[in-house]
Amino acid sequence: MRIAIASGKGGTGKTTVSLNLALSLEDAQLLDCDVEEPNCNLFLNHELEKVRDVGIQVPAISNDKCNLCKKCVDICRFNAFVKLPKSIMLFPKLCHGCGACSLVCPQGAIYEEIRKIGIIERSSSQTCGTELYQGLLNIGEPMASPIIRALKEHIDDTRTVIIDSPPGTACPVISAITGVDCCVLVTEPTPFGLHDLSLAVELVKEMKIPHGVIINRHDIGNDSVERYCLENNIPVLMKIPYEIKIAELYSEGIPFVLKMPHWKERFVDMFRQLQVLGGC
Amino acid sequence: MLKQITVISGKGGTGKTTLTAAFASLATNALIADCDVDAADLHLILHPKSTSKLDFYGMEVASININKCSACGICRERCRFGAISKDLFIDEHACEGCGVCALICPEDAIIMKEHKAGEIYRSITRFGPLAHARLGIGEEAGGKLVSMVRKNASEMAAMYEINLIVIDGPPGTGCSVIASISGVDLVFIVTEPSVSGIHDLERVLEITTHFEIRTVVCINKYNVNEEKTSLIEEYCKSKGVEVVGKLPLSEIPTKAMLESKTVIEYDDGVFSGTIRDMWHKIITCDTSKKSDTNF
Ligand code: SF4
Ligand code: SF4
Ligand code: SF4
Ligand code: SF4
Repeated sequence: MRIAIASGKGGTGKTTVSLNLALSLEDAQLLDCDVEEPNCNLFLNHELEKVRDVGIQVPAISNDKCNLCKKCVDICRFNAFVKLPKSIMLFPKLCHGCGACSLVCPQGAIYEEIRKIGIIERSSSQTCGTELYQGLLNIGEPMASPIIRALKEHIDDTRTVIIDSPPGTACPVISAITGVDCCVLVTEPTPFGLHDLSLAVELVKEMKIPHGVIINRHDIGNDSVERYCLENNIPVLMKIPYEIKIAELYSEGIPFVLKMPHWKERFVDMFRQLQVLGGC
Repeated sequence: MLKQITVISGKGGTGKTTLTAAFASLATNALIADCDVDAADLHLILHPKSTSKLDFYGMEVASININKCSACGICRERCRFGAISKDLFIDEHACEGCGVCALICPEDAIIMKEHKAGEIYRSITRFGPLAHARLGIGEEAGGKLVSMVRKNASEMAAMYEINLIVIDGPPGTGCSVIASISGVDLVFIVTEPSVSGIHDLERVLEITTHFEIRTVVCINKYNVNEEKTSLIEEYCKSKGVEVVGKLPLSEIPTKAMLESKTVIEYDDGVFSGTIRDMWHKIITCDTSKKSDTNF
């Protein structure tokens, strides 16, 4: 079973939920898909080993074949090429690696190379219950989705797969939650929380993914999120109170189920609800 | 001269928007630009009235004319983004608009269509003008929309004769963050004393250092972990970055939010006093001397 943990916005407790759920189960595989800011391992402290580089195919031009016809410059919809007086120059970070330029080059002057944009790592020891996979996008690289897609190739469906999705509702989130059985949306009971939750709900509805909500720090705001869930028939899977102990453990980098074991049962209960929700 | 300040955080949920809103109510003649376009929340506090709206078009998307299509499947083979399904249905979220399919279709059955990705607004709030945007669900914001909001903001600043723009930047370290800080005079980073807060602060500082932009830091919820707070202070000192203020964990931001107020409007005590002091420091600090950080 594949479970995604998402939220309309960062900082609501998405990573906290992913970690605590993973650690409450025996066999979880945790995929940290927040590749711009992978934070799960700050809490797990697993020793990591590199699995592989992730790259995209980008063009390179043989200057001796190129006659500066400019067809590649014109076909590229991402403006990744500029024509200089004596050569064609590529701005690699603008290139999406679509391959249009090599298709149109009449001189066969364009060949393709792999440009590395990030890496995939995993826990090197398989002895502890939770197996972590994380992707890391190099700083300043614009495209997270290729890393997320590559990360998902390592999914082990014999385990319970927990996907810590990136924040927001843009492309990288779609790459992360595509193909999951259900999605947990983490929010806070505040006007910002409700607004961001409603965006995330719109997205999962459009993608037809069964979903439920966790209200984090449920006692700090008002009941507008609960009312919203009730009105829209969205199950509230769990409410986590605001406790200074939880905040302190978080700041130390300790998942709270490790120090507050009664929460493990509650996460296992929630997991059962998710199995029903996802039809698994 | 026009001065621009961007508020960013790396990690989400550190209180960036709360502080931007507070600055909006402290600034006497400033324009606010909400560049956190993925999860724009400032409007929930500022309640803008729009004066103009512009559609924002993203990349075009491919569309198959089934009357011309012979179902040869070449488009599907050549699409590098997996956007065309087995039954030749194009997933508009996955399509990056590269045009390869339209280029190679032997039947000329594919056209590229314009695609509206969101809307850009010029508005007025009780604190002055606001430039902001709304992005459609599942749309890629990227640097392009951020740059358009900033361009709008500069034009509005000229129109209203305003010489300060405060930008609420996006989370993360990606290209939209870079678009939100390029060419600004000061970056104000909001962080928190947790392992992930520190980690993300380091990543964001690498970027501002790379672009040589003067940077200052605010530590929010500093008393949740005073040990980590000292670590951040030491780290900032070693990088030559000033910590301009520390805010305690407080109910005030949430309570103010529930009443659609900025913390300055809601609270008259020490909490908002600390924000006032920070604001005073950042508008008077000398930004001509670019970053003297030492990476
Ligand atoms: S591969 Fe595509 S995006 Fe890259 S340069 Fe060629 S046409 Fe442009
Ligand atoms: S299309 Fe080929 S020959 Fe023409 S400018 Fe580009 S690389 Fe050179
Ligand atoms: S390449 Fe053209 S004709 Fe062939 S399946 Fe695609 S749309 Fe149809
Ligand atoms: S335009 Fe490019 S990304 Fe979109 S369907 Fe065609 S080949 Fe795929």
